Amino acid sequence: MKKLVKLLVSSLLVAAMAIGVCACAGSGKGGNGGGNKLIKVGIINNDPNESGYRTANDKDMKATFTEANGYEASFYYSLKNEEQIAAAQKFIQDDVDYLLISAAGTSGWDGVLEQAKKAGIKVILFDRTIDASEDLYEASIVSDMAKEGEQAVSWLASQNLPEYKIVHIQGVMGSSAQIGRSGALDTKVAAESNWSIVTQQTAEWSEETAQQIVQAVIDSGESFNVIYAENDNMAKGAVAALDKANISHGVGKDVIIIGFDCNSWALQELVDGNWNYDGQCNPFQASYIDDIIKNGAKQKVVIMEEKGFDATTITADDVTKYGI
Amino acid sequence: MTTSENELSSGNSAKGFFSKLVSNQLFIPLAALLLLVIFNLIADPTFFKISLEPSSTGYFILSGNLISIIDNASELAILAIGMTLVTSASGGQDISVGSAIAIAGSVVLRVVKGYSDGISGGEFAGIMIGAFLLCVAVSALFGAFNGALVAYFKIQPMVATLILFTAGRSIAAWINNNENISINDMRFGYFGNFLPAIPIPTPVFISALCMIIIAVVLKVTNLRLYSQAVGINASSSRLNGINPKTIKLLTFIILGVCVAVCGFIKVSRTSSITYAVIANNIEMDAILAVALGGNNLGGGKFNMTASILGAYVIQFLTTTLYKFKVSSSAISAYKAVVVILLIIMSAPIVRKWITDQKNKRAAARLRKEAA
Amino acid sequence: MEKGAVLEMRGICKYFPGVRALEQVDFTLREGEIHALMGENGAGKSTLIKVLTGVYPKDGGEVWLKGSDDPIHIKSPQDAQNHGIATVYQEITLCPNLTVAENMYIARTKGAFTNWKQINRDAGKLLDELGIPANPAEQLGNCSIAVQQMVAIARAVDMDCKVLILDEPTSSLDEQEVQKLFKLMRDLKAKGVGIIFVTHFLEQVYEVCDRITVLRDGQLVGEYIIEDLPRVQLVSKMLGKDFDDMAEIKSNSDAEKIDYNSTPVYEAKGLTGTTGIKPFDFEIHKGEVNGFTGLLGSGRSESVRAIFGADRVIGGTVKIDGEEVKIRKPLDAMKHGISYLPEDRKIDGIVGDLSVRDNIILALQVMRGFFKPFTKAQAEAFADEYIKLLNIKTASSETPIKSLSGGNQQKVILARWLLANPVYLILDEPTRGIDVGTKVEIQKLVLKLAAEGKSVTFISSEIDEMIRTCSRLVVMRDGKVVGELKGDDLNQNKIMATIAGGESK
Repeated sequence: MKKLVKLLVSSLLVAAMAIGVCACAGSGKGGNGGGNKLIKVGIINNDPNESGYRTANDKDMKATFTEANGYEASFYYSLKNEEQIAAAQKFIQDDVDYLLISAAGTSGWDGVLEQAKKAGIKVILFDRTIDASEDLYEASIVSDMAKEGEQAVSWLASQNLPEYKIVHIQGVMGSSAQIGRSGALDTKVAAESNWSIVTQQTAEWSEETAQQIVQAVIDSGESFNVIYAENDNMAKGAVAALDKANISHGVGKDVIIIGFDCNSWALQELVDGNWNYDGQCNPFQASYIDDIIKNGAKQKVVIMEEKGFDATTITADDVTKYGI
Repeated sequence: MTTSENELSSGNSAKGFFSKLVSNQLFIPLAALLLLVIFNLIADPTFFKISLEPSSTGYFILSGNLISIIDNASELAILAIGMTLVTSASGGQDISVGSAIAIAGSVVLRVVKGYSDGISGGEFAGIMIGAFLLCVAVSALFGAFNGALVAYFKIQPMVATLILFTAGRSIAAWINNNENISINDMRFGYFGNFLPAIPIPTPVFISALCMIIIAVVLKVTNLRLYSQAVGINASSSRLNGINPKTIKLLTFIILGVCVAVCGFIKVSRTSSITYAVIANNIEMDAILAVALGGNNLGGGKFNMTASILGAYVIQFLTTTLYKFKVSSSAISAYKAVVVILLIIMSAPIVRKWITDQKNKRAAARLRKEAA
Repeated sequence: MEKGAVLEMRGICKYFPGVRALEQVDFTLREGEIHALMGENGAGKSTLIKVLTGVYPKDGGEVWLKGSDDPIHIKSPQDAQNHGIATVYQEITLCPNLTVAENMYIARTKGAFTNWKQINRDAGKLLDELGIPANPAEQLGNCSIAVQQMVAIARAVDMDCKVLILDEPTSSLDEQEVQKLFKLMRDLKAKGVGIIFVTHFLEQVYEVCDRITVLRDGQLVGEYIIEDLPRVQLVSKMLGKDFDDMAEIKSNSDAEKIDYNSTPVYEAKGLTGTTGIKPFDFEIHKGEVNGFTGLLGSGRSESVRAIFGADRVIGGTVKIDGEEVKIRKPLDAMKHGISYLPEDRKIDGIVGDLSVRDNIILALQVMRGFFKPFTKAQAEAFADEYIKLLNIKTASSETPIKSLSGGNQQKVILARWLLANPVYLILDEPTRGIDVGTKVEIQKLVLKLAAEGKSVTFISSEIDEMIRTCSRLVVMRDGKVVGELKGDDLNQNKIMATIAGGESK
């Protein structure tokens, strides 16, 4: 199948060139005939099964880098840095025009990026940054996790509660999402006298673990009025524990629920008023990349626009538009 | 020789009790449990408070740390059953159970998602039974796959199960086209939470049922004798008419069924699934439970009660750590300490030291008698 | 220390919980002597050896070595080796996945760099000197058990030892190899090495030893010069009672009662295995005791394994009581009333960690089926019955079988197969490595079973035993049946000649 496509594409190219030559000879106009040439992109991503975020991200990439949009895209998925690097080498051999990378690890990329540069292949990083010289890539499109955290925390502050007693459920320790989202909250709690942390533990993105943590807090009889969960799944687990103990939550209720990632079902919880706030972690980098390839990079690091949704203002359209 | 034995046994019945207790396999998990109980009693007696309060569904339910422990340990206890048998017969462990739970859960959701809304109780029960049976069949099949690699291809269990360990979560995601599924039907949550008007969490009943079933199976079949014999000496077992391959395969299939039950409970708890993190690292806890039960991870003799008790000890520890808000990333470090202690206690050199001490005391006694 | 002694042990005590393994035992080994350490299983021989080699710490007494002014304390086997005490155990303790040469020198390679060429050459030279047919570069696991044993001895010899302990070294050697070993022992003796020789073979003791020390129930019976202690007396000292010589068991001439024209209990035609034996015919009648004999590797064990279905059978027909049956796996054989006590007790017989009780009921339980376990009371009753019947010495039926002495382990396996109530019982080397008393008991039992109408195949490397018990002998050589001896032909000379191939049918 792939071979067939390749054959088709190359014969098309030959035909186009022949026409182009004829055209040139003929009128000297219509040089655009060669513009049909597809841009070859090699996309290296993490396994789409990793999370809903990644699934949405992969879908978005596949939807954007199509032949209709002028691309010939090859995909490679791995959660392992070495495998990704090997795939990058293969793409370089295949002589792609652009290498789009969401790196599993931050280090070890220098060598292969040098190779790419020598071969004249342009590299665009998305979602994840790496430790390499900025010369080695065109642009890096990332989310600013700290900004996501700050947005959520400032929204929380705007609720003007007399006292903030927060159950803080963290993601896998050391992940960039955890560092960014925890950092914003930690800073705020340290600065404000009426903000306090009831418990701060990692549920490693797992809703069952989050449920157990909140359960333990409830069982020990401590009071709290905010659950700050660093992703939607953990927020969901926490809410399950609250439901079990008959503690009300959501808009105008006893406990404020904050989640991240904007899963469709999570946004629906906002619409239903069961949760209060959900911070977006924008998985839709494809349009940014498309723009850079077609119009050139304006800056090295592109930070994507990310929203935060409030249960009182969210609309059904938002759910379909931003839900992943 | 026989006379000296008689003297010994008659002279030391009181002393014998303690040494008997220490040498009993249940001693380690029981002692660990006692230690945790005492620690909690001293640190905060309210740890043991149990209250009966209405939940958001309006029914009264029991809540408190102890309830949380026996509730949350259910899956682990069920897994410990299968893991103990696999360990006994094959002398190795299945590290794919976490991934296999993801698959089992995904199968359940795949069946239920199409139907869940607004169907009658009878229909719903039918669908749940169908989903459960399919999930058991699929998990048993994956168990058989692991078992076949171990029994027929003679691959070490850890290596053989590495395959499913690696691939399982992707398979789970593939089963549902990598969608995030949420079941909105309240009734789906009954199995992982509470049945209406029953104040005790359902997983407690399910795990109890599993324990009863395995107790009965061990009673009415030769599973214990066969798997122990195979684990200790496969060659000899074969010459006694046992087929070691079949027995190994059987234990893996039983573990597969345990996995299916766990997967079912897990997805019911949250009415959804996250392929990457569901039952994350549960294989290590299950293996730890078997080890904590004092069972030889190299196979052979086993004590099922001790393994199950081990599972509850692990959950007790986990809940205690949550309760005392042990800094987030340190929880695994605490578990590591337990593992280290266990390994040291079961190390031949320590065992030898303990028996040497025993022998020394016995020798001293004999010398005294002789004098 | 006594003059001329290289080793003196005085008042050695060793206790285990509930057992006095050694009580005030003295032992003296002189320069240039071969000293037999004799006793029944459980007499304390192994314990004494283990105390001497530092495996067990002693609970009392002193050990003196020539050349040291004070008693020495042996802390570990390594320490014993440093003191010049080398041991060759009954079980091979070498590494089967290393080469012969590597095994011989592994303990003594110092530093990170080893000249393996040199070592291979040295090993080859030593092996030649000792007449051991092994290639230094060969992987040890590929050598026969006998050669492995000899390599272990070669290794010990090269350690320049003062005291050499040979713990049942001959139990897996054939006669020729035994003679080589004896020559080696005599050479070492001439060099002034003191050798402690632990064995169950009385013949060998009288052939090679100078002195005998007898232990019984953890106590010293006495030390004797070999000429002063006739065989019968030695046995009676070991057993602690007067004993009418072993000749008491005689083949009760039941042989005449066997009806060779009746339908055989078991009959095989052209039975073909996959373990290197040629297709063979075999039959056995009711009440008959027959034997398979031949040198090690002649195929005698492989033949009976084929009969039992222990190894894959690819051809031939089998009839039980005249009816053709298929025996593909052990369970088939068991269901047709065949029992098989395997040659290697440790590997194929015992299930080490299981209790004596579970070991006894195992075969019958398997025949009964997976879904029909015996109740604990039933199992207990069976176990108690056979523990009593075979006089098995065990603390209780709950005791793990591995903690029993070799002879008692063998009795448990025997009990297992008797409990299965077979019509045809195959016993492959049931008397190997066990004490004289038990050997006699087992031989008596075999004859009793035959008298009760059971058929028995009895294999032993001691031809005496075979002559005493069997009424017919199948002789094998190089995987082939080369002869069948009956009646008057059943004598040592004739058997030897047939085995050796001087005259055959």
